[in-house]
Amino acid sequence: MAATTGRSCLQYLIHLAQDNLDFRLPEVKSLLALRGKPFRPCENYKEKTPFWVLGELCEEDVHGIMTRSVCAKSAFELWGHGKTHCELKTSLLKYPKENMSPYTQKDSTYRINVYTFNKTLEFKDRIERIDALDYLSFDGTVNLKTPQHTFCLLEDYGTDPNNIPDQPLYVYFGRWIADGQRELIRSYSVKNRHFIGNTSMEACLSFIMANHAGVKKNDLVFDPFVGTGSLLIACSHFGAYVCGTDIDYNTIHGKGRSSRTKQKWRGPDENIRANLRQYGKEMTYVDVMVSDASKRIWRTGLHFDAIITDPPYGIRESTRRTGSHKDVTKPPEDYFGESHVPVSMAYHLSDIFADLLTFAAHHLVMGGRLVYWLPVHSPEYCDEMVPLHPCLKMISNSEQTLSSHTSRRLITMEKFKEPEESDALVDTSEPCYSPYQGHNAFREKYFSGVNKRGLKEEEDKMHINGGE
Amino acid sequence: MKLLTHNMLTSHVKGVTKGYPLLIKATEVKVNEVEFNSQFVSRMIPKLEWSALVQAAEGLGHLEDLPAELVADYENNEEFLKKVHKVLLEVEVVEGSLQCPESGREFPISRGVPNMLLNEDEV
Repeated sequence: MAATTGRSCLQYLIHLAQDNLDFRLPEVKSLLALRGKPFRPCENYKEKTPFWVLGELCEEDVHGIMTRSVCAKSAFELWGHGKTHCELKTSLLKYPKENMSPYTQKDSTYRINVYTFNKTLEFKDRIERIDALDYLSFDGTVNLKTPQHTFCLLEDYGTDPNNIPDQPLYVYFGRWIADGQRELIRSYSVKNRHFIGNTSMEACLSFIMANHAGVKKNDLVFDPFVGTGSLLIACSHFGAYVCGTDIDYNTIHGKGRSSRTKQKWRGPDENIRANLRQYGKEMTYVDVMVSDASKRIWRTGLHFDAIITDPPYGIRESTRRTGSHKDVTKPPEDYFGESHVPVSMAYHLSDIFADLLTFAAHHLVMGGRLVYWLPVHSPEYCDEMVPLHPCLKMISNSEQTLSSHTSRRLITMEKFKEPEESDALVDTSEPCYSPYQGHNAFREKYFSGVNKRGLKEEEDKMHINGGE
Repeated sequence: MKLLTHNMLTSHVKGVTKGYPLLIKATEVKVNEVEFNSQFVSRMIPKLEWSALVQAAEGLGHLEDLPAELVADYENNEEFLKKVHKVLLEVEVVEGSLQCPESGREFPISRGVPNMLLNEDEV
């Protein structure tokens, strides 16, 4: 009985990479939700630190998270912890022997690693740390190259690089279970990708988006502003089937100028399908089409498992949709001709998001998620600016800073009810949409920062003057 | 364009009330081998408009003896799932067009990519 109680109250230590801080919690929560597990941090939990201790999980859940997460570096079964090495010892000696013994047998091989955060230890200090653990009864043989079991002593020296304490603020000891998927950031780097564009999403954030969306194997995922398909690549890596549309004919067909510095024009096979082929995932390619995201090209009742997208903000790609400023337009001679390019008109940002939310409400499966980027002018941002829809509930809202005065927020919403007629439209004339009214509003604010320094000097001057 | 995509698309020409399914006018059709995944095909079948799929496959000469009515217990019928897999994911329209059944408007397909954009006066 003691053994079962012991196993059921196991705790797991997750070591997270100390970047993209705002995106880590929604990622881990989404991955837990995929397994139907809650997020149960233990006492002393602080979101912005690199170490989280989680409870109410089994080892399989931890493996599940680590096969997906690009925010987590490694995970451990926590055997002991404390504010000092002395507290760690007390904690370790209290840890049930029967939980340790399967990994400390005589015929096993093991190694112990020492990891320090915000401090570098010399080799002799590391050895000292390991020697100090001699109160643990490891009966196996040390094998540094291919051990059966790996253990780790982790020391946390805080997050302030200018104020590193002599002694660690906290120490952990545990059995290593798995590493996360940080390797994907390198292996899927856009630098080595066959087909890219000016606004291709970097690999790490693409995987984070796919994780926030809870994309699973055999899902059908759609990106209405697909561009060069970076987000679809991340989804296909997790086994989803993917499709997308873009209003830009040249991007979809892989024509026109190359985004690479040493290459003037795109090659003959630069397209999304070839990108998926590059990563061995061509089987998940459904289709891409030239289409306007504001138009209803999908039949009623069609439901995607996830909609994941990076809408254009008008900074590096223009916001546009088909239409005309004139009331009456004569159709050109070759009415049905492939050569005709419809006039595109400005697509107000507020309309992009209203259309996107309405589309998601109609074309997501129940429980399916919409994940998209919302550009914001940070000085005037407040949570009320994030568009809402009666059929979608907010799951997470994470910020990535772009410049001193602009950022973009990764919004995740989940569909929880089918739209009825009363749920018709988000009213974009409400004041909270004002930052997105007028298609150039965000663009103007973005570029207003060019003179930011001048402005700040002005302000400083005024402040000094005021002080006098 | 794969027939899975065709099954999901509708005409969005202004004023059209019955824009589904789009008629396929193909001048070049190709069959690309795609790795078979029975789970994905099983997941997609309930999402399909079955009669539209059969009609489209027949029109392209790739019916693969799909029955007019969806069979029961298809999840465990691998032979059937393989046929559906082929029709959904392997048969591709490379050149041709999709025609709105009501207005007659054609959406061109070139190099396998449908162009669903409408002209200024059609939206």
